[in-house]
Amino acid sequence: MTSDNLSVDALLDSMGKQLKATLEQRQIENPLIVGIRTGGVWLAERLQQQLALQEPIGVLDISFYRDDFTQKGLNPSVQPSQLQSDTNGRHIILVDDVIMSGRTVRAALNELFDFGRPASVTLVTLLDLQRRELPVQADVVGATLVLGPNQVVKLSGPEPLELTIRQRT
Amino acid sequence: MFEHNDPNRIQLNSSGQLRHFLTTEGLSRELLTEILDTADSFVDMGAKQIKKMPLLRGRTVVNLFFEASTRTLSTFELAAKRLSADVLNLNISTSSTSKGETLKDTLMTLEAMHSDMFVVRHADSGAAHFIASQVTPHVAVINAGDGRHAHPTQAMLDMLTIRRHKGSFEPLTFAIVGDILHSRVARSQIHALRTLGAREIRVIAPKTLLPRHIEAMGVKVFTDMREGLKDVDVIMMLRLQKERMTSALLPSESEFYKLYGMTTEKLAYAHPEAVVMHPGPINRGVEIESAIADGPRSLILDQVTNGIAVRMAVMSMAMSGQVVEKQLQHPSAN
Repeated sequence: MTSDNLSVDALLDSMGKQLKATLEQRQIENPLIVGIRTGGVWLAERLQQQLALQEPIGVLDISFYRDDFTQKGLNPSVQPSQLQSDTNGRHIILVDDVIMSGRTVRAALNELFDFGRPASVTLVTLLDLQRRELPVQADVVGATLVLGPNQVVKLSGPEPLELTIRQRT
Repeated sequence: MFEHNDPNRIQLNSSGQLRHFLTTEGLSRELLTEILDTADSFVDMGAKQIKKMPLLRGRTVVNLFFEASTRTLSTFELAAKRLSADVLNLNISTSSTSKGETLKDTLMTLEAMHSDMFVVRHADSGAAHFIASQVTPHVAVINAGDGRHAHPTQAMLDMLTIRRHKGSFEPLTFAIVGDILHSRVARSQIHALRTLGAREIRVIAPKTLLPRHIEAMGVKVFTDMREGLKDVDVIMMLRLQKERMTSALLPSESEFYKLYGMTTEKLAYAHPEAVVMHPGPINRGVEIESAIADGPRSLILDQVTNGIAVRMAVMSMAMSGQVVEKQLQHPSAN
């Protein structure tokens, strides 16, 4: 896929349908949607509306769970994670904007389990950039994108949600 | 007594990040706010079933207490453990020094054990600064109270408690009450409050417990408590050391309580929504009346909870500052 056809609304529409089908297939009712800050939260809010779920979304800030603290130090703009409900035994839909190495998802899973033991986690991501470094796969993907070595993709939002591909500076 | 001039030359790295935390003096409003924001994230970890995070996993934190303090030691130990660090508590006054070991020898020994952080409490002013100047570059030093000089984490936990309760500092009038002369807490509070934009800071104490030229710190001085409390929004009581009673600085506990103890009658002079704070442990009936300490306007237990969060924040930030400094010094760094 190229930048020409990266319409977030269209991708979200497709993701919502895929997600509904996945939940039906897995016989999951009353899931809790959790977004990874920042882009994942915007997408989680939209998916919550599409699935007509009443419960407020959860928010994860994985800054304290990153595995690169010894290389980069602390993210200065860290904010608290907010999960409204007890996650013990809950079916969680974990939403992020991009999956690449899999390290962010790993950090999010670690933090999620500190809130309790969920019954299951379904991973949803807008873009899969591949380049995986850990064995983590998304269950629902909006699009797969292959970037050049110096390209980066950014989701801006929350209104409107837009994807842009830029050269790394 | 150690010298402690220009602390920010040593407590900040070349990017302006915290690499030691020695004093609130001279730190920017942005940095103090960053400490409060980071601490806020840690306060909310109380909602988690597992109150632990991996940030300092594999790091070794040594609590170097040359002066006893159960409460401060406990909160630093808990903070380090909640960050997944390995923690070693050393009461130096009863071990190394009694064997004739010098401070430098002690530091070198602990560094050889691959320690990453020293939390230092010492009866001499400037001790934490001195230790920070002696340790190898990868070790972070946190001041847990040094002499009459500074107690920066106590001041910042007070700031966090105020911000969480009142929202901001700018519209508020503060009163710090008690033994200002010997209080490292008061000094650190005044520096932090001024930097964070407090409208007015008052100190209230008998003349014998007021430092000379305290006005130069930008505070208003009162020796009459009722007058000093008029319309204040936040009252910060200080702990009174019992030995001050025997050193002729004060007539008696009952006399002090009568004049400077926080009572319901005196609290009525403050703003109707004023809150009362105390660093603990409180001397009931000396510094504060039980009805106030346990009442709805007391933030004393919030201070304890927030103390762990603030200590987690400064430990994380100081270690982060060390990491970033190391990256900048690395020859392959951009």
